[in-house]
Amino acid sequence: MRWCTRPAARSLSYREGVRIGVVTFPGTLDDIDAARAVKYAGGEAVPLWHADHDLQNVDAVVLPGGFSYGDYLRCGAIARFAPVMQEITDAAEAGMPVLGICNGFQILCEAHLLPGALVRNQSLHFVCRDQGLRVENAATSWTRAFSPRDEIVIPVKNGEGAYTADEQTLDRLEGEGRVVFRYIGGNPNGSRRDIAGITNARGNVVGLMPHPEHAIDALTGPGTDGLNLFTSLLERAGV
Amino acid sequence: MPKAELLDPQGQAVQSAMGRLGFSGVVSVRQGKRFEIEVDGQITQERRIEIEHLAETLLANPVIEDHTLTIE
Repeated sequence: MRWCTRPAARSLSYREGVRIGVVTFPGTLDDIDAARAVKYAGGEAVPLWHADHDLQNVDAVVLPGGFSYGDYLRCGAIARFAPVMQEITDAAEAGMPVLGICNGFQILCEAHLLPGALVRNQSLHFVCRDQGLRVENAATSWTRAFSPRDEIVIPVKNGEGAYTADEQTLDRLEGEGRVVFRYIGGNPNGSRRDIAGITNARGNVVGLMPHPEHAIDALTGPGTDGLNLFTSLLERAGV
Repeated sequence: MPKAELLDPQGQAVQSAMGRLGFSGVVSVRQGKRFEIEVDGQITQERRIEIEHLAETLLANPVIEDHTLTIE
């Protein structure tokens, strides 16, 4: 059961028993991969159901990718009002780490936990490829295992991934160091200022369009660069 | 409707299709959404405020879209 065990050669120390919730909405696709990434990183993945007002005392939450509620109305617009989102919003505002990947990022924007919005790719085409990213902020709850300016490759796969916000918001994000990931080697969707991922002011809520959970094992992805997002949460501070 | 300052690639694709069909003189096309909502009874001021609230919170995303409410 290779996919259930922690990789053998890890030099990092972990807090024991860190429980990371992975939410499944109707139409979610990547919850299994996200749970697998949590396990690879050494955490315990806890399945959370969209219709429950219950976070099961998890330490953090991942909103995975997919097409929640069929992407009807706008991506993430209906998921934002799912029962579980009430608890997640309250917990995020109280400092619990929340990671939104792809559709999860769209949900975080619709829920106003992150500013801006994701709109249709400039090309109008769904883009699926391995994508270069630069880590711009290695101080968030989800990027502590990186070093600033690290360059990584993880898959991107979306049709509505162009991050947009008004100039004032973009300037504020840049000024406060809240752009977490930026596309390098070509922007896949026409996002403003090549933004691939952002964080809230506190650094506990992070959203990104590319999929770190698909880059945790060289057998099934372009590499293991994505694993650091999940180990970030599990590393003992200062070790 | 998508905000005026926002790029609307769907509208642009429709505009270029119009050109291919030989329909000339189109300066700009923007694509939006329209919801037709039927409610019980009369539209009171209270009801109107309620629907306006619905438009702002669910039907439109004010970050990227402008909306107008028309009552018939």
